[in-house]
Amino acid sequence: MSIGTEILHFIQNDKKYMTYVPAKFCPGCGYPIILMLLGKLLAEKKLDPKAVLGLDIGCSLLAINSLPINTFHTHHGRVTPTMMGFKRARPNSICIGLTGDGGGYAIGLQSLMHAARRDEPITIFLINNSVYAMTGGQTAPTTLKNQKTDTNPDGSKEEPFFGLELLKNVVKNGSFLARTAVNDPKQLQEFLAKAIETQQAGHFALVEILSFCPTNWKTWGQSTIDFLNNLKKEFKMGEVK
Amino acid sequence: MPKTDQFLTGAEVAVQAAMDAGAGAMYGYPITPTTEIFSGWIKRGNKYLQTEDEIAAGFAICGAVLAGQKAFTATAGPGHILMQDSLSMAEGMRLPFVTIVGQRGGPSSGTVIYSQQEVFLACFGGNGEGFRIVYSPSGLEELYSLTRKAFNSAWKYRFPTFVLTDGYTLKMRGIVNLENTTKNIDAYPLVPEGKNVHLPNIYTFEEDLNKVIKDAQADFNKFAKEIVESAEYQTKDAEILLIAHGIVAASATEAIDEARKKGIKVGMFRPITLRPFDAKKLNSIAGQKKLKKIAVIESSAGQLERLVKENMDPENILSIRGVQFPALGIETQDIINFINNVSS
Repeated sequence: MSIGTEILHFIQNDKKYMTYVPAKFCPGCGYPIILMLLGKLLAEKKLDPKAVLGLDIGCSLLAINSLPINTFHTHHGRVTPTMMGFKRARPNSICIGLTGDGGGYAIGLQSLMHAARRDEPITIFLINNSVYAMTGGQTAPTTLKNQKTDTNPDGSKEEPFFGLELLKNVVKNGSFLARTAVNDPKQLQEFLAKAIETQQAGHFALVEILSFCPTNWKTWGQSTIDFLNNLKKEFKMGEVK
Repeated sequence: MPKTDQFLTGAEVAVQAAMDAGAGAMYGYPITPTTEIFSGWIKRGNKYLQTEDEIAAGFAICGAVLAGQKAFTATAGPGHILMQDSLSMAEGMRLPFVTIVGQRGGPSSGTVIYSQQEVFLACFGGNGEGFRIVYSPSGLEELYSLTRKAFNSAWKYRFPTFVLTDGYTLKMRGIVNLENTTKNIDAYPLVPEGKNVHLPNIYTFEEDLNKVIKDAQADFNKFAKEIVESAEYQTKDAEILLIAHGIVAASATEAIDEARKKGIKVGMFRPITLRPFDAKKLNSIAGQKKLKKIAVIESSAGQLERLVKENMDPENILSIRGVQFPALGIETQDIINFINNVSS
């Protein structure tokens, strides 16, 4: 049993932290791991009544009603400014934005960068699976060089985009930038907690989470784990700021 | 507050109205001719954020109103286009999003002060059905009263609400009596703490979205009767009917007074809400037996005329004539010249 399926098995047997609605994510997707750990964290810290989970469009939209906290959809690339407006209107809320790599690093980069620069006290979890997954596996800013995608059938010609390393240059002291992966649940839990604590301390936090997408990677079983482990070699893991 | 004379610009009037309406925050991006609303709001010590673009400003408003704060923006032309991204979300999720639009010339960057070319964008922008409320003030005092009303309508009916004005109105300075007698409708959180609400704007099944649209349409049609507003001037014995909105209607009023002195029987229908549109009043005037000619006068190549035609009974449509000055200011004399031409 792979680490991913172990965690999924755990999720299926843990009714406390997730809302039981029909499964929406593809088999083998990494999102449910993140959501379960986030739900667990919020419940343990008793932050669930104050927590608000805003969802970008892309696979992140499927997380609506998946946790027993307030959730709502936004638009593609627009979860960051929406959560900023929410937080400024209700400062004691815990504002979390869930977005993909396209929403965060392509169409929504301008807002993400300026929110980081202004040190908006919001928390963004950016799921990096190296493709636009909801639309069928097109090239993302995070696609690896030579990785074949729907829009680069001969392989991407560009180097991937390292968002955290870019934002490191604009954030203020006290903000938190880190990268982890769904097959490292210990570090993932640690960074989720640290990102929420950063918001409580009044600062911006962004955690990029490398995640499985067997549907668009066209992988299965061990090859899905291998793909993710290869991504972990390209994207430097750990705290960036 | 007692009624007192003040000497204010349109932008100052709009700021006063937003403050009196209880607005808690303004999100904006500088653009002519609405920048002075933003800077005026800031100078009076109110909460604000100058965002990186209109897209961020609009979505910040969506977030703020979800949290229960009266938030608004002021924008124009190309900024109004970018704002449609978030306004579409507001329409889809029934968010009380208030926008003051200072129409400038278009298309594209166009000119920076004046036009009446953002009627369609305000009424029907986005990829939805135009379930929006659009007020078109004529003059500074009405700019105040309709901006107050816009906040109340947005929070009462939960549709994106526009005050569609222009740079002439915002930059002109005049003596005004601002009657602060409107009672504010309180804001409330759409996402209350600890309530586990889940608000979608994207749906898996066609039937789900269809129901959302049908419900919004039913509400819009039901509330339209309460929202809709129009004014008429000298219409009783009119043989020529002018139709105009916003600042053009102010020129038309003066032109009618001049023409009446010469015995020309001319009157005016003025939509105050462009959406919903007062079709009932329009048709009751347009159907008057003495009426010979109907002219839609506007600083656009026919945006108001199309609204009028879609709302007019078929038997009256043929008598409509468009008097179009796209992206041009219309002075009283322009309208007097037109009236003289058609009546001779």
